[in-house]
Amino acid sequence: MSTILVYLESQGNGLKRSSLEAITAAVDTGYTVIGLLADGKEENVQAAAEYGLTKCLLAKHPLLAEKSSPVAASAIAQAARYSQANYVMASANSNGKEIAPRVAVKLQAGYIPDAISLESSAGSIIAKRPAYAGKAIVSVQISTQVGVITLRPNVFTAKKRSASLTVEEFSPEITTEDIRARVTGVSKNEGRLDVSEADIIVSGGRGLKAAENYNLIESLAQVLGGAVGSSRAVVDAGWRPHSEQIGQTGKTVSPSLYFACGISGAIQHLAGMSTSKIIVAINKDKDAPIFKVADYGIVGDILEVLPKLTEALRRTLNK
Amino acid sequence: MNIVVCISQVPDTTTKVTVAPDGKKISSAGVKFILNPYDEFALEEGLQLRAKYGGSVTAVTVGGDSAKEILRTALAMGVDKAVLIKDDERADSFGVAHNLAEAAREADIAILGRQSIDFDSYGTAAMTAELLNLPSASMVSKLSIDGTKVVAECDIDGGKETIELSLPCVISVQKGLNEPRYPKLPDIMKAKSKPIEERASAGVAPRVRTLSMELPKSSRIGKVLGDSDADIQELVRLLHEEAKAI
Repeated sequence: MSTILVYLESQGNGLKRSSLEAITAAVDTGYTVIGLLADGKEENVQAAAEYGLTKCLLAKHPLLAEKSSPVAASAIAQAARYSQANYVMASANSNGKEIAPRVAVKLQAGYIPDAISLESSAGSIIAKRPAYAGKAIVSVQISTQVGVITLRPNVFTAKKRSASLTVEEFSPEITTEDIRARVTGVSKNEGRLDVSEADIIVSGGRGLKAAENYNLIESLAQVLGGAVGSSRAVVDAGWRPHSEQIGQTGKTVSPSLYFACGISGAIQHLAGMSTSKIIVAINKDKDAPIFKVADYGIVGDILEVLPKLTEALRRTLNK
Repeated sequence: MNIVVCISQVPDTTTKVTVAPDGKKISSAGVKFILNPYDEFALEEGLQLRAKYGGSVTAVTVGGDSAKEILRTALAMGVDKAVLIKDDERADSFGVAHNLAEAAREADIAILGRQSIDFDSYGTAAMTAELLNLPSASMVSKLSIDGTKVVAECDIDGGKETIELSLPCVISVQKGLNEPRYPKLPDIMKAKSKPIEERASAGVAPRVRTLSMELPKSSRIGKVLGDSDADIQELVRLLHEEAKAI
């Protein structure tokens, strides 16, 4: 029986949405799916039953409380051996990107990062992943016995399907030796949704003409409950922080809805957002390349269009 | 301090990607290859650490002969030594990490760019660290070293985290850590005649096979409207009723 071990992450009393997406993607392959939770309690896992998870290992060890990626990698690798998993999957969020390569080395496994689709074929999995920041898509296959795959957040939609879940405690062997890098502090961008976690992103570009006009972007993002993104030009101009930059030398995102406001659509920017589900472009130049990738476009001056659009959306959404 | 900076050669960010006749990689015809933009921060950090703590900086890359070009850039910036690990066949990320780990075995610190902008795996630093059984920190935007104690501020989704680790270690660096220097013309000229050490690739078997490469399909709705009040109302309606995106 072919098995996938999915690494799950807690959030509050439940699981991160990216973990639910990973469960869905794994269950959809037809493999037997086993979860692994190393940072929470049994109650966190219960939500996973609604997404079709039938078995979950609950890793218990006092040293797991130390936030250390080598420790997490060690626990995952041990759980993968214990459950004789053919594949280990995790979200390609910042945590997954740090831990998964270590798991791959420990398991002498091939590693596919950032998969956007999985297809089960003749006893193995073929994954598609973006390369060159999304300018190309490659189909790849792991040629070792075990494989490690991370899944791009927001691409696989978490699907509800009920299952009865069995939770089994699992005690990995961890020594203080494993803790040679540990997180000693975390600062979240309070009140600001990060583009990498957002379902809706409103991005601004040079068409805004001045940093202070960014409040138009922020108002629209607020009405939609989305995050604020930026083109490279406005980050280089010092209007906005690099953490907001979307594109080949910034972040690659795939939200459900992406607004490009006053962004002409340089190839580097398109690379970072072209996998978004719905793209809206607002630009006064009707020949701007951004319109070629847009589902909906408005040809007009964003300084005039944005306030009207924000107001119209506010009315429709009753906010 | 023995500092090893791992760099890679990538297509320029303005490259319009087309697929090569074999259907598995990009066509390199007409493509300009450059030093991976994040590796400039890695090289700069290596040079600044040398200025503070002494020692030497070695730049290492895995690639074909053409990769010598980026090693010349590294030499012009001021590294002491340049090493080309010859691998004309494009190795997978494990193959690259394996070669880099061999080259960084004696290093106090190995520094990489946060990602190479061709395959964007973000995994080479952590993989190299695991092969060397060393701690690592990724996406570092602030770094301080005191004795063997290292404190790194790292970008994570939606914020930053502080990681404490100790030398020897592997880090991958993010924009904002420093301002990379521009090599001066005389240094560029001098770099042309400096030696580049060539080593054979360890030649480990690839663990991931590329079956095919394609260009992303664009199946966009492509409705373009004007900017009248009615158009804006129509956009809201389309987003709500047609796309069901809000």
